[in-house]
Amino acid sequence: MDTAALLLSVKLAAATVLILLPAGVLIARFLATHEFPLKPFVEALFALPLVLPPTVLGYYLLVALGADTLPGRWYEWLTGRTLVFTFDGLLVASVIFNLPFAIQPLQRAFEAIPEDVLHAAACCGLTSPQSLWRIELPLIGAGLLTAGVLTFAHTLGEFGVVLMVGGSIPGETKTIAIAIYDRVQGFDMTGAGLMSLLLLVFSIVAIGVTFVASNRRRRHGPGA
Amino acid sequence: MPGLRFTAAEVRRLEGRPGSALRRTVVWLLVLGPLAGAAHAQKVGGDGAGPLIAAASDLRFALDDLAASFRRDGGGPVRIVYGSSGNFRRQIAEGAPFELFLSADESYVRALEREGRLADGGVLYGIGRLALVVPPGSSLAVDGSLAGVAAAARDGRIRRFAIANPEHAPYGRAAQEALTAVGAWVTLRPRLVLGENVAQAMQFATSGSTDGGIVALSLALAPGALGTATYAAVPEALHRPLAQRMALTRRASPEARAFYEHLQRPASRQVLKRYGFALPGE
Repeated sequence: MDTAALLLSVKLAAATVLILLPAGVLIARFLATHEFPLKPFVEALFALPLVLPPTVLGYYLLVALGADTLPGRWYEWLTGRTLVFTFDGLLVASVIFNLPFAIQPLQRAFEAIPEDVLHAAACCGLTSPQSLWRIELPLIGAGLLTAGVLTFAHTLGEFGVVLMVGGSIPGETKTIAIAIYDRVQGFDMTGAGLMSLLLLVFSIVAIGVTFVASNRRRRHGPGA
Repeated sequence: MPGLRFTAAEVRRLEGRPGSALRRTVVWLLVLGPLAGAAHAQKVGGDGAGPLIAAASDLRFALDDLAASFRRDGGGPVRIVYGSSGNFRRQIAEGAPFELFLSADESYVRALEREGRLADGGVLYGIGRLALVVPPGSSLAVDGSLAGVAAAARDGRIRRFAIANPEHAPYGRAAQEALTAVGAWVTLRPRLVLGENVAQAMQFATSGSTDGGIVALSLALAPGALGTATYAAVPEALHRPLAQRMALTRRASPEARAFYEHLQRPASRQVLKRYGFALPGE
């Protein structure tokens, strides 16, 4: 059991959720309440990681963020660290890769809020941020939970992007999914089995939570 | 309120301010998140746990032993990443933070030296050997000369055969040369399963899902890796020598240098010899 890899994965997943939930709320709310000509295109772009092979994303991140590229150099000048082969690079990859897992449930949740409620909030003199904070956020609890859990669980399982952008550096980019791969190659099937079982149980719990959350929303939530 | 239809659940939520727990959580996350991030940045800035070593997969067991003996001799921990030498060559060129590179093929070390990524040209630490590995139940003869493999390939008796990827794994390239030398490459080619590195090829070869494979002798000699499979060393004459070279990179810390020197001690060389490496200068 590679606890360093497990901790690293948990940290990566938590950081991804922390960045994606606030960003996802704003993006999803905008998409749920606005109509504009290129909207299907924008929505498709945010959903792209669902079907994009992880190695394709890994390839483009290597090309775009490598030590010799403009963003790569700029980041190194700013922080003294490279983006590829570091936790920072993994986080960038992870945030991009999880966009649909955060945005889709949140957008469905915002769309499910009855327009009457939003109109009432506006009539009561609430500004848009006030309405978000006091009316809408409490109503999309289940969506937030689903987005958070899906993003977290999906980050734990990332493999292709992590291997390509991160290498497999202990304590820095060797996540639990990589550690399982490494243990199998090191002929340690017991260690690999233990970590796999842990991820299996966690994934079952995670997907269970999201199903319960979406069921509750369907039975009690807005738009019921 | 005419025109407004709230469900009972919505009324409960809006009146009971049920969002406050959620909002408290959001606030806490926003406060704690950056703090955790800062703590992490500090830890990385202050170096992790020991120098970072990139090592060819054929060293997977030998180098673990040597890292243990380094600690017994008073050295600190080292972080070893195993993989294919060609992959490491690319990663170091892209700025990966390795401090010492043990390559299974010295041409990768030479190339990095030319590109100015290394402290110096490094030293030869061993000549690698190939082994034919055959799992129990396979029809293949455990014959190092590969005559049995060539015959089985001609008769179509081999369904799957494992080697490392010749594109970027030196042992894969050597295996290709050996199979070519015995005239089995062309017939065997559609039957090959390619490991990403030689340790994965070894895992394929011993798993029982293949009829066998050609891998590193150093892995076949490792007690944990072989399992119930059997092996035979492949004659060196069948392929170009796998001259293995290691070199410190320009990022090397004093701890990395100490480990580099430890690997060159007579006792360490004996460990490498035990794992089937021929020693340079002997």
